[in-house]
Parts: sequence; C-alpha cells; structure tokens
Amino acid sequence: MLFKLESVKLDRGGEPVLKVLSARLPDGISAVVGPSGSGKSTMLRLLNRLSDPESGSVHFRGTDTRELDPLQLRRQVALVPQLPALLPGTVLENLRFAAGFTGAEPDPGELLNLAGLEASFADRDVKRLSVGEQQRAMLARAMATQPEVLLLDEPTSALDERTRDSIERTVAGLRRQLGTSIVIVTHDPAQAQRLADWVVKVDRGRLVREGPTREVLA
Amino acid sequence: MTGIEVTLGEVAASLVLVAVAVAISRWRRAGLEADIGIAVIRSFLQLTAIGFVITAIFDVDSLLLVVVLLATMVGFGAFTAGARAVGVPNALGPLVIALSVSAVATIGLTLALGIFPATPRYLVPVGGMVIGNAMTASAVALNRLGDEMRDQALAIEATLALGATSRQAAEPAVRRALRSGTITLVDSTKTTGLIFFPGTMVGMLLAGAEPIDAVRLQLILLYLLLGAVAISALVATTLAYRNFFTPAHQLKDLPDPGDEGGPGA
Ligand SMILES: Nc1ncnc2c1ncn2[C@@H]1O[C@H](COP(=O)(O)OP(=O)(O)OP(=O)(O)O)[C@@H](O)[C@H]1O
Ligand SMILES: [Mg+2]
Repeated sequence: MLFKLESVKLDRGGEPVLKVLSARLPDGISAVVGPSGSGKSTMLRLLNRLSDPESGSVHFRGTDTRELDPLQLRRQVALVPQLPALLPGTVLENLRFAAGFTGAEPDPGELLNLAGLEASFADRDVKRLSVGEQQRAMLARAMATQPEVLLLDEPTSALDERTRDSIERTVAGLRRQLGTSIVIVTHDPAQAQRLADWVVKVDRGRLVREGPTREVLA
Repeated sequence: MTGIEVTLGEVAASLVLVAVAVAISRWRRAGLEADIGIAVIRSFLQLTAIGFVITAIFDVDSLLLVVVLLATMVGFGAFTAGARAVGVPNALGPLVIALSVSAVATIGLTLALGIFPATPRYLVPVGGMVIGNAMTASAVALNRLGDEMRDQALAIEATLALGATSRQAAEPAVRRALRSGTITLVDSTKTTGLIFFPGTMVGMLLAGAEPIDAVRLQLILLYLLLGAVAISALVATTLAYRNFFTPAHQLKDLPDPGDEGGPGA
C-alpha cells in the first residue's frame, strides 16, 4: 500500500477538520473526491508531512511518516498545492530552484511542454502569468524534482477543456512511462473516472467509500 | 575638550517651540496634544535620570557599571523592538541576542583597534548609540519578516512541499527583511552632511570642538553604526525565521497578528 491513514484526527483553527479518517491509497493513480470543505486538501498535506495528525497515523509504504525524515519524504513525494504560489522571478528560476532540492537536472523546455506550456514560458516573469499558466508552471516545477509520487490538488481547476485534457495525458504518461504514482484531488467525478484506478470519497472529514473506480463511482 | 554650561532656564525657554507644536496640533485637529505632552515629560524625566546615572558611572569610573547599564539598554531595546515585531512568534529571544551581539562586536572591535579607550566616558555614549540604532534596525527587519512570512505563506509552503528546508523556503523573505532593516541607515549615511547633520557633530560643534574633529568622530560613529545595524538585522532575522517553522520543516499555523492587540500588551 502506497499510503495508509489510520484513525487520523486533525483540527484547524480550533475546529475538527478530519475526524477519525481512515483510508488507503495504492500505487497507481488514485483520486480523492468529496464536497468543498470536506478536508481533501487537509488530507493531502498529511501525506508528505506538511502537517502531522493530532492523533492516528499516516503510513508511507508501510512506515509511519513521523519516523521518516520529512525532507527525504518530500523529495520522494512532491505536492502541488491547490492555489498556485510561485517564488518571485522567472519560471525557469522556479524550475531550477526546485530541481536543486533533489539534484535533478531536467530539461526545462520538455517539462513545460509536459505541463501544457510552450517552452518560451521559461523566461516569463511569474507575476505576468494567468492563473491557469501559474497552475501549469507549478506542475512543471514539481516534475522538475523527479518525484516517485506526485500529490496534485485540483491541478486543472483553472483550465479550459483542451488544456485540461493535455494535463490528464501528462498525468497518465507519468504513470505509464516513469512509474510515478499520483494522488489527485478533484471535485470532478468524470476526471476521476478518466484517470484513476482507485477512488477515495470523503465527506465532512470522514471516509465515505474507497475502492476501485468502477465500484466507487458506479 | 571645551565644555559649555546649559541652565534649566534655557531648557525651559525651548519649551516655547513645544507650545507652538501643541498649538499647531490643536488648530489643525491633529489630536497630538496629549502625545506631545507625554513625549516632553518622558524625555525630560528619562534624560535627567540617565544624566544622573551617567554622572554616577563617570564618578565611580567602573567598567562593571558600564556593562550593567548597557545590558539594561539591551533589555529595554529588545522589549521595545519586540512590540514592533508582532508578526514574529517569540521575537524577544532573537532580539536580545541580536542587540547583544551587535553591541559586543562593534564596541569590542573599536576597543581592539584602539579607536576609543576603554573608559566610561566613551563606552556609555557610544554603546547607547550602537544599541539604539541596532534596536531600530532589528525592529524594522523583524516587522518586515512578519509581513513577508504572512504574505508569502502559500509560496513558502509550496516550496516546502517539494523538499526545501525551512531555511531555503524562507530565504527570499529573510533576504528582504534584512535589507529593509539596513537600508534606512545606509541611505541616510549617503546623504549625511548634505541634507542632514548627524547629532554627534551638532553636539560637538555646539560644545566648541574644532569642526575637523567633529567630522572625524562623526565618521567613526557612522561607520560603527553601519556595522552594528547590519549585524543586528542579520542576527535577528537569522534567528527569528526559525520560529515560523516546526523542527519537521512545517510552516506553523499562526494566528493572525493584530487580532487581539498582539503581545506586548
Ligand atoms: N488554515 C486553516 N484554518 C482554519 N480552518 C481551516 C484552515 N484550512 C482549512 N480549514 C477548514 O478545514 C476544512 C477543510 O478544508 P480543506 O481545504 O481540506 O477542504 P477541501 O476539501 O480541500 O475543500 P475545497 O474543495 O474547497 O478545496 C474547511 O472547513 C476549512 O474551512
Ligand atoms: Mg481543497
């Protein structure tokens, strides 16, 4: 099992957000679905230890994440947050900065193409990108670290259908060609149908259902 | 050095201009009358008190007393700066260290180089200036650090999410905070003598010193202060950014500052 959450509880701002959430995410492509505010982003942040649960535990390939070095974990398991937030500078500077964490030496043009952007975006100032372009630059930046696992929080929420399709092809390609496992948060069941072989459905901080896509989203 | 005598009557006479300030405030309804009053009374009491303390220290001529006095200034300075650094959790520790290090380093270096002799007459005023400027610089730097960390929280966490250390993730914020703590003095040093006369020079000229001596002493102090300010802003930001992170390189969920009037209340 890639990730296993056991009776996870987590408060944010004094309110319980995850209430005894248990879930499993296998290797491959999994989707986390559920209504807005149900705790999907909060759950995703637990998977590479951007936060720790108050009680319960999160396991990555059988090891409690609290026993893992958080930096090592995040270099294997990269997360792309829901709201794009690049560092000031050019797209290329962002790609280089990220690649530096893992010592990867990726080809910027190829990365941008994979993320649905022209190679010429490398020299653009991030301040002058549209939200959808920022979202794709965030994806390219995460791929620059060449992670084993990618956690994507609504990566196509700001994109038109055509660009969304190209991102979905990239996600499927990462899985097929590099064996990258992907956990994608989406509010769109059709996207989960198209991409995922496993679906975790949450509501109000609890697990509703989990299992193979065709069973859960039947 | 030639001395001058200043009588209490002359001090009282200068209150005429305070009256002008109060009148302006009333006339234009700036609402500053009470603050001006408090400022006048506090400055009178504080400076008179420190005058007695300094006289006593000069009379006793004890370096230990100098150290006690400067340590007290560091304490007050850190506390005052802490009130401006509301966006930074537990800012007091970094500030105390920043002010101490910058005072010890600059004063120690001037003594080692033989610029000033190790007597209370030099150490007290120079130490006071160094600590005062270091306080302002670290207060500005930490205030900016708090703003940066809040404004850039998403970008910082997005970098952590790819495996950056908290140091790498905070580096742009720390750099801007350090810069803003140091830039004011650098800029005023550039224009010194052109559009403003620094206090030491004014004081020495009034006290009857040769202009060339006044200028040289002022230059020494300005250069000392540049070092002190850079050191205190560096130490304060380098220590304080850590307070935004957990040991596991997670960005802490901080309450919004200013919600409850912040610390220092
Ligand atoms: N920093 C925070 N402080 C306080 N409450 C928070 C914080 N972040 C999230 N919450 C609350 O936690 C709950 C879950 O938030 P989360 O972002 O995980 O939801 P989500 O399922 O990702 O929603 P969406 O689909 O809208 O992105 C929400 O009710 C939200 O108000
Ligand atoms: Mg979300």
